[in-house]
Amino acid sequence: MAEEMRKDTPIDIERDTDAILLDDVNRDLYDFKDEEREEDFYKVDEGLTPDIIREISKEKHDPDWMLEFRLKSLELYNKIEVPDWGPPIDGLNMDRIVTYVRHKSDMKSTWEEVPEDIKNAFEKLGIPQAEREALAGVGAQYDSELVYHNVREDVKADGVIYTDMESALTGEYADMVREHFMKLVPPTDHKFAALHGAVWSGGSFVYVPKGVKVDIPLQSYFRLNARGAGQFEHTLIIVDEGADLHFIEGCSAPKYNVANLHAGCVELYVAKNARLRYSTIENWSKNMYNLNTKRAICEEGGIIEWVSGSFGSHESYLYPTSVLKGDNSHAEFTGVTFAGKGQNLDTGAKMIHIGKNTSSFIDTKSICKGGGISTYRSSVVITKSAEGSKASVNCGSLMLDSISRSDTVPAIEMRTDKADVGHEAKIGRISDEAVFYLMSRGISEAEARAMIVSGFANPVSKELPLEYAAEMNNLIKLEMEGG
Amino acid sequence: MSNILLSIKGLSASVDGEKILDNINLDIRKGETHVLMGPNGAGKSTLGNVLMGNPVYKVESGSILFNGEEIVGESTDKRANRGMFLSFQNPLEVPGLGLDSFIRNAKRQQTGKPVKIFQFKKELEETMKLLNMDHSYADRDLNVGFSGGEKKKAEILQLLMLNPTFAILDETDSGLDVDAVKTVSKGVEEFQKNGDKALLIITHSTRILESLKVDHTHILVSGHIVKSGDGSLVDEINEHGFESYM
Repeated sequence: MAEEMRKDTPIDIERDTDAILLDDVNRDLYDFKDEEREEDFYKVDEGLTPDIIREISKEKHDPDWMLEFRLKSLELYNKIEVPDWGPPIDGLNMDRIVTYVRHKSDMKSTWEEVPEDIKNAFEKLGIPQAEREALAGVGAQYDSELVYHNVREDVKADGVIYTDMESALTGEYADMVREHFMKLVPPTDHKFAALHGAVWSGGSFVYVPKGVKVDIPLQSYFRLNARGAGQFEHTLIIVDEGADLHFIEGCSAPKYNVANLHAGCVELYVAKNARLRYSTIENWSKNMYNLNTKRAICEEGGIIEWVSGSFGSHESYLYPTSVLKGDNSHAEFTGVTFAGKGQNLDTGAKMIHIGKNTSSFIDTKSICKGGGISTYRSSVVITKSAEGSKASVNCGSLMLDSISRSDTVPAIEMRTDKADVGHEAKIGRISDEAVFYLMSRGISEAEARAMIVSGFANPVSKELPLEYAAEMNNLIKLEMEGG
Repeated sequence: MSNILLSIKGLSASVDGEKILDNINLDIRKGETHVLMGPNGAGKSTLGNVLMGNPVYKVESGSILFNGEEIVGESTDKRANRGMFLSFQNPLEVPGLGLDSFIRNAKRQQTGKPVKIFQFKKELEETMKLLNMDHSYADRDLNVGFSGGEKKKAEILQLLMLNPTFAILDETDSGLDVDAVKTVSKGVEEFQKNGDKALLIITHSTRILESLKVDHTHILVSGHIVKSGDGSLVDEINEHGFESYM
């Protein structure tokens, strides 16, 4: 029977297939380097000093408390050790990273006004087109600052606030922002949270008032174009009681031969009976260190749904966390990670159950190829108060050759026996029989393999909006086909 | 002689160094239906797999001509695009790949042209109806959670939708109940209707053959074709089994 089962599935659990050594992917679509003139940009010096922090703060017209916050964060950054449990980050020399780069033009609210060079970059990525077709609002960040922001009138009329973080700091919702900013992810959390606190710039603030259901998604797109720079955008979303929002985040960068750094921070507050879906396709270039922190907190009956596609980057540390504080709150995490040649992606999710009868569900797929390393790392914590809670962890890995590596590090911590936690992990390879089967219908070997891999990732892509699902399938195909 | 579609000459094949097929000779003409029978382990499925180019099997010697052209050494997808088809004994499950999008994709690959969606959907629906397949299967992942019978029907569905010139049916009737065998036979009959098509039906029972026209029958034992005859050989096997050939 076991023999029969193996035959019947496209993912062969035991049999070793020959390595398919494909070249590195053709990423022309994302790797174009936008032509730009030095004099159009303002940037700070490389490295991190209190003076640089003061310069950034001044440049950004921070309120006083923010300058204080930044300087304290810098102190923390200098004290906290580099994490020693994940992919090595020796290649990242902070003294060489430019932490702030801004185009010398203000943020625009009509696309026509955006400077030509930046506009071209986003046009190539299909951003304005996506807005016209299917979005309620769009923010576009280029290097350190948002260059474009626009929200549909009907969404505005409902009282929905969607703005850049800088305006939010001094605008009508300044107190709300101050009350929530880096409270969920404090700078003390880890070294790169401290770094973020010191040099953060750009990102979005969203507030959805009580009971408002935004029926089409809002989107932010982050493009890091400057060579040897860092991007530290801050996303703060507050979905008030009974409200509903889908937020999409897209990221990309061209490839340089020096290290770039992304240490963004996402804080999501889901109030009583509210629902937030947060979808991401991170598609960084392969010189990028992606040390991103994302966290959500749910009040009673609140729902957070994460959909996450991690492609590109040289190394990633990414574990979106859901804190289920209120009773009956619920979290779902659906993610796919693709690690190709030269990549070490350490991704997963973290669920913290505090309220009674809370539930969480993790479903991840990781794929590795060409010597890539993909590590699934998760943590489910059921605290003593979380009686009647349920958690399920399901992680699948697919290794496309014998030189790649896939690890699974799931941790489960239970402080009450009145909870139910399930865990399932599978590591497999593409079965030759399945490839033969698809080829017998006239499909080429490369296409057959891509179809099996796309199918494997389908539980994630089907959760994404159509254009993003198409983009993800395209990325998988690119990764499979090679240059 | 020009209407020979498939010509197998002196074909020997092995798997993991073990010889399975030994000096097979067989000609199949357009419009003909051949039946390959034999006891378990005789090499019947191996022949189907070798014809389709499964890389697990190694061709030791001999040649396979399709429409007069050598196909030994050619990849499976190229053979399929020449008009060859294999209905699998154990169709594989592919999670995340929808049955209809798979067939549409395969059709596009074979014709090299985009498939007209509306026309395709209509054709798919009609063909599924012919095979008593619930239309909901079109949206389901390829073979995932299908019963044995539904898997075989899905194979015949692919056969009719892709419309090859030569089809190998590997134990398509095994494990099916009486009604399912009838349905599958109906599908195969539909395929036979077009006079230019040819079939090689691999089976160790005869149930699927009851309503089908059979031109030639071959008995395969231990990798050799030990006897060939016309359709009446099927009845003989039905009565006496393979005993006398072993």
